[in-house]
This record gives sequence, C-alpha cells and structure tokens, in this order.
Amino acid sequence: MAERLLELDQVTAGYGEAVVLDQVSLGLGEGESLALLGRNGVGKSTLLMTVMGHTRLRSGRLAWRGQDIGRLAAFKRARLGLGWVAQEREVFPSLTAEENLTVASRPGPWTLEKIYELFPRLAERRDNLGNQLSGGEQQMLAIARTLMTNPKLLLLDEPCEGLAPVIIDELVDAIRRMTEQEGLAMILVEQHADLALELTQRVIVLERGAIVHQGPSKNLIDDQATKSRYLGVSLVADGA
Amino acid sequence: MFAFAKPALATPADRLIAAARWRWYETAFWLGTLLVLFAFPGYLQLASQIAIVGLFALSLDLLMGYAGIISLGHAAFFGFGAYVAGIIAKYGWGEPLSGMVIAGLSAGLLGLIVSPIITRLHGIALLMVTMGLCVLLFEAANRAVWLTGGDDGLQGVEIWPIFGTFTFDLLGRTAYLYALIVLFLMFLVARRIVHSPFGLSLQAMRDNPRRAPAIGTDMGERVRIVYTISAAMAGVAGALIAQTTQFVALEVLSFQRSAEIMIILILGGTGRLFGGLIGAAVFMIARDQLATSYPQYWYLGIGALLVAVVMFARGGVMGGFDRLVRWWRARAGAGR
Repeated sequence: MAERLLELDQVTAGYGEAVVLDQVSLGLGEGESLALLGRNGVGKSTLLMTVMGHTRLRSGRLAWRGQDIGRLAAFKRARLGLGWVAQEREVFPSLTAEENLTVASRPGPWTLEKIYELFPRLAERRDNLGNQLSGGEQQMLAIARTLMTNPKLLLLDEPCEGLAPVIIDELVDAIRRMTEQEGLAMILVEQHADLALELTQRVIVLERGAIVHQGPSKNLIDDQATKSRYLGVSLVADGA
Repeated sequence: MFAFAKPALATPADRLIAAARWRWYETAFWLGTLLVLFAFPGYLQLASQIAIVGLFALSLDLLMGYAGIISLGHAAFFGFGAYVAGIIAKYGWGEPLSGMVIAGLSAGLLGLIVSPIITRLHGIALLMVTMGLCVLLFEAANRAVWLTGGDDGLQGVEIWPIFGTFTFDLLGRTAYLYALIVLFLMFLVARRIVHSPFGLSLQAMRDNPRRAPAIGTDMGERVRIVYTISAAMAGVAGALIAQTTQFVALEVLSFQRSAEIMIILILGGTGRLFGGLIGAAVFMIARDQLATSYPQYWYLGIGALLVAVVMFARGGVMGGFDRLVRWWRARAGAGR
C-alpha cells in the first residue's frame, strides 16, 4: 500500500476527561479530498483539532507519511505540512492583511502573488488591518494565511459559515482551484452538505464521535435516506 | 498577469524592508535629543536619567508591547545590570564601555536562565512569577551587605573616563551623551528586531497565541529569545544608571521600579518603540516639575496625569497623537 499522507488509527480523543472522538480511523492520500459531515457537536471540529494536537489524544495512532505525530507540538505539525484553518478564523488583528500573510510565509509554490491571484479581494485590502476586514475577507485571509505556510493538507473548518452567498461562491471557486488544480489534499468540515459533497472525492459522516458512513461523495449526493438520517437539519440549511 | 491597485512588490522581504524605512519624524526626534545639550544645559542630569529610563522602557516594550509578555518584575534585570556594573567598577575595573557590555550580557544570561519558566506561564501567574523573581533579587541584594552595601547602597563606584578622555563632569554633559548614544544604538537594535520576520512573528503571537502555532511558529523559542534580549537591554540601562551616578541604590531592584516602568510604557504607548522614550520624558519631567512646585503633593499630580491619559488618550501619548493626526487628515480631506 502506498504511504498515506495522514492516517488515523483507532483514535480516541477529547478534552480533559470528556471523550469526544471514539475509535476513529481514516486515511488520506496525497491530493485526496474528504468531506467531514454530521450534525452539530458530533466531533467534526474536534477531529481537526486532534490532528493539529489541540486535544487530548487518549489512545490510537496519528501518523503523517508513516511517522507517528501523536505527541508532536502543534507548530511542528504545521511545519510538516498540516494547514489548519480554524472555524473562528482569528486573523491577527493588529497586522495588516499582507502582514498576516507574510508572517506565515514558508518557501514553496504559494507566494504572495499567487495568493492575490486566487483572492483578488485581498490584494485590494492588503494595507487594511486584520480587524478592518469583513467576515468574508477575514475567512479568505485565514485560508490564504494557511496557504502561505505551503501545506500539503488543508484542514478547513466550516469556511462558509455565516457568509453571504456571493462570497461563498468566491470561496468555493478558490477551494476548487486549490484542490483540483494545485493538488492540495483537504479535509473539509461543512454544514452545507451538498456543497461539501461537490467539492470532495470522499465523505465521512460522524455521529456521536464515531464514523457511521463513508464512501465516495458523489454517491451520497442522491442518497436522501442516509442524508436525512445522519444530517437531518443540515439539509434545510442547504444553499442558504 | 493581473492588475493591482498599487504596483506589486515581489517578496515578503521587500515589504518588510519598506516598512523599516527611516521616517522624517524619527530623524527629527533624534536631532531634538541633541538640541537638549544647548537648549537646557541646566537639565542634563535629568535628561540623562530620562534617556536611561527610556532605554529601560524600550526593553519592556519589546517584551510587552511586541511579544505580549507582561512582566511586573522587569526591574530584576535593570537592577542586576546596575549591580554588576557597579561592583566591577568598585573592585578595580572602572572602564565604562566594557563594564556596560559585561552587565548587559550578565542580565541577558539571567534572562535566558529564567525564560524557560516564562514560556510556560500566562496572565496572572506570569505577573506573580516575574514579580517574585524581582522580590527575590531585592532581598538577596538587601542581605548581601558585604557585596552590595545592602540598604545603604553600593558606594565607592569609580568610573574611568570614556575612551580614557571624556570624564563624567558635574553638569552631566558626558553622562547625557553617553546615555543618549547607547540609547540610540539600542533603539536601532530594537527597530531592526521589530521590522524583521522574527518581530512580525512576535506580533502574531501577541495578537493570537492560539493561532500562531497553526502557522508553524515555535512560541517557546520566540519567548526565550525575546526575553533574553529584553533582559540584556534592561541590564544595559541598569549599567548606565550605575555608571552615570557612580552609585547603586537598593531601589533599582524595587517593586516600585518595575511598576513605574510599566506605567511609563503605558503612558507613552506600547508596541511603538518611541512610546517608552516619550513616556519616560513625560513622566520624569512631570515628576521633576511637580516635585519642585508641590514637594508634598507631587504624587497626586502623577496620579491625575495617569488617570487623564487612560481616560482620554487610549494607547498613551503616542496613541493620542495618532488619533490627532488621523483627525487632522480627515478634516483636511473633507475641506477639499
């Protein structure tokens, strides 16, 4: 078997005494994209945070290209090529948009120029401080900042949450370019199920911290029964 | 290619270099400090004290203003540097430049030793530990009378002329120029640090300590480095006070020193390099004037000044100045 980029083997993790993820196993190869779906509070964000080392890993193995990274500091994981874009965005408020990008810069194919080509809006706002940007711009900046670290795998946590439809369209185009043209691997957590399914090759559905469904994304698009069973309310939010 | 509103700059390095450009007001400020020599020849003692306290505040600004590490015990390094410089001068080596370097390096070493503890702490715990370190040193200096003179201070410090030529005169001309030149050099160092990629990562860490690791920043390492540099700089300031006054008072390690330097920095404005210098000037001139006019109630005036700055000029003198400039520009823009 080819060496996986990221491999979770029977991972159980949580915060303090609370267990949120229960024996989750999944693998992701170079350039693969995975949607992570499920209702609120089933452990989607926790899974991303576990991969980044921000939760307590109680048991199981977490490997990056075959190397165990379960005890590695968060910043070292980032340097290996894990690019996490947290749900709260959290751009650096007193740095300008451009400084937010340059501070993260590491050598690789993603340069300022290329980032600005992907997000022309950020080029226009380059001299604005992080806290003078709109929500959508902050989200773009958060993604762009992570791209500047030249990751191999992008972990996107609800990038479209709370954004206007036209901004979502821009973001979706950018995500498509990153994964389909630039070959970035991606794990996408998203409430808009159909949107996430369109953007990814495979899907995993979580329920109470465990995997209850996995398969190719395109199969789930038309599988209304599975969707309403595990995602329920999310369908209503579709396309919002 | 694609069009930008402004010409594109090629690399992050270019942008950093552009941000580090020397501004006209910086030149004006430093020329102004030289003017003091001729305009206020009677106040050179005070002016050299301001330069020294300004350097001390600058060292705290690197730590607090840029890296977001709050310290209520920064006098530990200031006092340590002062005692090191004073003691080597008292026991036979009065050459000021090498004495200052040794004092700075010693304080830096102390900072390096303490820094692993600092990396693990935040908030109140950090305040307590930094304060505790300073109290420990204060007590140690108080007890070690044979070495430090204890409560009476370190007497008999003899400093040789700088380069064997420039003696420390009573008017304080040499002292002022000496302190000013050291301050300027240290300012250049701080400026270089702030405008480097390292400096930018410090600000990112200050803004959001939770997200900085997500872009690959090793926060522990940054904290250790900046803490050591800041400690060394405070040590140099301490050495200057010992050398220019040829005396070390136990007070250099006092809690009041630590608290006062924080007040001075906040008064001037944090995270701006010049904030500490302006704060030191405002604070010490106000204290000097008030102490002369109202010897009994001068602290009342200082208190009123602080309350006024916090209420009406958030971001300190520099922050208030910024807002004034912005308001002026907006008005000029609207008038057109």
